[in-house]
Amino acid sequence: MSAVLPISESANVEELASATPPGPRRLRHAPWMEAAFEHLTRLFALLVFSLLAAILVSLVLGSRLSLEKYGLGFLASAAWDPVQEDFGALVPIYGTLATSLIAMLIGIPVSFGIALFLTELAPAWLKRPLGTAIELLAAIPSIIYGMWGLFVFTPIFQAHLQPALVDSLGSIPGLGALFEGPPLGIGMLTAGLILSIMVIPFITAVMRDVFELVPPLLKESAYGLGATTWEVVWRVVLPYTKVGVIGGVMLGLGRALGETMAVTFVIGNAHQLAVSLMAPGNSIASALANEFTEAVGDLYFSALIELGLILFLITTIVLALSKLLLMQLARREGART
Amino acid sequence: MDRQQETLKMLRRLMSAAALAAASAATPALAADLTGAGATFPYPIYAKWADAYRKETGVGLNYQSIGSGGGIKQINARTVDFGASDMPLKPEELDKSGLLQFPTVIGGDVPVVNLKGVAPGQLKLTGEALADIYLGKVKRWNDPAIANLNPGLNLPATAISVVHRSDGSGTTFIWTNYLSKVSAEWKSKVGEGTSVNWPTGVGGKGNEGVASYVQRIAGSIGYVEYAYVKQNKMAYALVRNREGQFVAPNAEAFQAAAAGADWQKAPAMYLILTDAPGKNAWPIAGATFILMRKTQDKPQNAREVLKFFSWAYSKGDAMAEQLDYVPMPDKVVDLIQASWKRQLKDGSGKPIYAN
Repeated sequence: MSAVLPISESANVEELASATPPGPRRLRHAPWMEAAFEHLTRLFALLVFSLLAAILVSLVLGSRLSLEKYGLGFLASAAWDPVQEDFGALVPIYGTLATSLIAMLIGIPVSFGIALFLTELAPAWLKRPLGTAIELLAAIPSIIYGMWGLFVFTPIFQAHLQPALVDSLGSIPGLGALFEGPPLGIGMLTAGLILSIMVIPFITAVMRDVFELVPPLLKESAYGLGATTWEVVWRVVLPYTKVGVIGGVMLGLGRALGETMAVTFVIGNAHQLAVSLMAPGNSIASALANEFTEAVGDLYFSALIELGLILFLITTIVLALSKLLLMQLARREGART
Repeated sequence: MDRQQETLKMLRRLMSAAALAAASAATPALAADLTGAGATFPYPIYAKWADAYRKETGVGLNYQSIGSGGGIKQINARTVDFGASDMPLKPEELDKSGLLQFPTVIGGDVPVVNLKGVAPGQLKLTGEALADIYLGKVKRWNDPAIANLNPGLNLPATAISVVHRSDGSGTTFIWTNYLSKVSAEWKSKVGEGTSVNWPTGVGGKGNEGVASYVQRIAGSIGYVEYAYVKQNKMAYALVRNREGQFVAPNAEAFQAAAAGADWQKAPAMYLILTDAPGKNAWPIAGATFILMRKTQDKPQNAREVLKFFSWAYSKGDAMAEQLDYVPMPDKVVDLIQASWKRQLKDGSGKPIYAN
């Protein structure tokens, strides 16, 4: 086979060179190359699946001790005692979800605003530098965000913002429970705020790119009918780009859920269940980063791996939900027309 | 069971970065380089010793600071010539896995505070007070438990914010071991370990994490390694030792703790220097340990490792002091070398360490 290769290739090149444009189109490559290419790409695609399966299998195997000992109770237990070897995942799960939720609550509207400004409102000379600046933000390593959060943001937040939040929101019945406690500067709210800054460039970059894909004809037709900028964005651009927008949001959420270093710096790393967002907490990724190297006991090690497994499952569920959401949207669309 | 152990090992290797894989892969290569892995606390001094030793003898040492837990796993898996741990293994555990341990340098923990108007060395504390603060029982700085120790200081009524390490560490082991020794309540409720279930407070990653939290939060208290306090001029507290003396953390106080300890009687060198006797002894000290296999299948490497540490004990003291570690007292070194002679054998049962 390999001996044939150079001959057939050079023959092809010659044919191509001497071929005249008119006339029937010929296959440019030998059929076996087509097949080889197809198999190669399929192999790469399958590699992704096998990697995913391998990770899942090794996580399950590694967490077997802790799965056997605690079962589903692991999810509901707030204990984390390496000395007595009693473990539970409630605190890090709550911390992971709460910080990611805060990040999304702030990150999505802000990103939407930035993308809207960039594509619809910004003067041409500003578009490019602003867009590049956002892409640069996305390239900053997360440890820089963590250090900036700890050394710059936390003191300001602690001295000015946090006391104001505690005084104003902390006294509201019900909701107030989320904003109680001494202003330490570090805690779940701080982690959520830092995360929101980290996900904004991701979501914005995707949103801007998909907004720019909307055919000008559609937008100009809407403007021609007298629609305002807001109406064009809300009624034309957003429905046209919803798959891309949700994809961008999921990308951001994925980063928020799995972020490690930046969260470790500012979340407070306390394995205590606290409803208040002002209190120090822990996230799954942060607990892993902190404790993995010195986890000596077998059960301790296994419990940490089970935390990894839980994070894996949370991410899978989030992705599945976003697919469901997209399917729901597509179905509604069909009904309306 | 074996297979599970294997997968666990694989996992750890995958997840704790390529450095680890390099350490295990490097062993069969040219015999020149010795390999070790483990504790992060002594890494700076091991690296410095290794550098000086290579210049002198041409024998290199590749030390991977992957954490004490990783060091113990690696020496059990026989992928390194020696392991290193900040927490000594209990004699039973050593026997079970056929290991020998010996201490190399001394370090220790120092409580640091952030209190307006309190300079380094002004605040006096006892072990009991520290335990009650870390249990969350003493909540304010003007609590009688603290105020009675410091009649000359005007302590505010601010809340005490407790700061501890978030990552598993030998520093935490020494700290919780000390609190367990001085407080029965701490011992029963929390216990000792490289990471524990903290009743209160926030966790900072590494010494620098704890230090920056303490500097951020007014009214906070934390604990960091002695070298870190010295290099960063933090507001440390004096602690009352077993003889009732309030001592300041300095090299002499750490050496006094090591000298007062009875290494001779400690089985398998299992000795933690906390709450050590001696008028000038700093009460929260601890040594960091090296782990080696008692029966060596590569006696040549083991001999080189022992040569290296002999050299470090005799010529490395000044280097250790430069980096604010406290070298082992000479009479302890004699004991260590005697234990090498007695316990380290090659495959045929011949002792490895001769001189």
